[in-house]
Amino acid sequence: MKRLVLLLLCLCVPELWAAESSLPKIDIGKGGECVKDTQWMRKNHMHLLKHQRDETLRKGIRDDQISLKNCIECHASVKDDSVIARNDSFCVACHKYEAVKLDCFECHSGKRKSAWLQQRNEK
Amino acid sequence: MSDMNMDRRNFLKTSVGAAAVAIAPGMLLFQVAHGSTAAASSKVRWGMLIDTALCKPGCNDCVTACNKENGLSGGTAATDSQWIRKIEIKDINSGRPVSLPMMCQHCENPPCVDVCPTNASFKRADGIVLVDKHRCIGCRYCMMACPYKARSFVHEPLSDQHPDVPRGKGTVESCTLCVHRIDQGGKPACAEACTNHVILFGDLNDPSSEIAQKVHSVSSTQLRADLKLNTGVRYQGL
Repeated sequence: MKRLVLLLLCLCVPELWAAESSLPKIDIGKGGECVKDTQWMRKNHMHLLKHQRDETLRKGIRDDQISLKNCIECHASVKDDSVIARNDSFCVACHKYEAVKLDCFECHSGKRKSAWLQQRNEK
Repeated sequence: MSDMNMDRRNFLKTSVGAAAVAIAPGMLLFQVAHGSTAAASSKVRWGMLIDTALCKPGCNDCVTACNKENGLSGGTAATDSQWIRKIEIKDINSGRPVSLPMMCQHCENPPCVDVCPTNASFKRADGIVLVDKHRCIGCRYCMMACPYKARSFVHEPLSDQHPDVPRGKGTVESCTLCVHRIDQGGKPACAEACTNHVILFGDLNDPSSEIAQKVHSVSSTQLRADLKLNTGVRYQGL
């Protein structure tokens, strides 16, 4: 019995290791947990964003916490101030892994606003 | 048969109730827990009064400010977006020239909203006419419907947009009255940039506001008033 368990364990270890290594490596920027825990956000962020975009645009309710701009504020990379610039950027890394098309940034800026303004003023 | 219907109705009621209970707490928590700006109020009617007598021919400051604020290229070709443009007109009989800025007139009864097949073109409670680009399919009916030629279509992919002003290829856009500034208590970029004080911005519904008092005391006109659109932008000295 003991041998069997050991054997199973031995078989599992590379499996686990493989699973770990193939997960996307994400640059979470400053990160933090201002809305909900990570797992919940992974599953539900799109619902919050979609709900809030209609509230903001159509009714003028600008929530300072779950706005896309506020997400970007913390999650933009500290290296390039963007959530979309590289393959391991915050939004891109997971969306690539899950093969879900990311349309937000065809119109929206993926840059941290403060950095964007600074860059514009330097021009 | 009626019993069966009752059952079905009750079943639907309970399942809707259960769904609401399951979904609501999450949403409610967010709404209660965090500060957000108040919704646009229908008591407010944002508008502008433009004094054409003060507007200098050749001055383009409002246009430049708009382009900078909203990230427009500044091009004036047919395929370039122009949210505000300067127009020089001349009275046919007297030859008196007039220079004025022209943009979305933020109508109370906007034809662009009437014709939009997807409800993308809409009027906010406070009278600002906007395009919901999440819904816009780029059919451009609104551009045809607008008597002021105020809307533009984005033909080319864009990059590096202003974080406050999302814009994208395949959608129609126009003057937003700088809604992102208004919601923060500011005023439109053009009104701020105009050094000749041509553009007076404010709440037409508030009797104590400068614009309401001026509209009350001086003669001003709406462009194409015959269409009965009741524009939010009014012109003085035409």
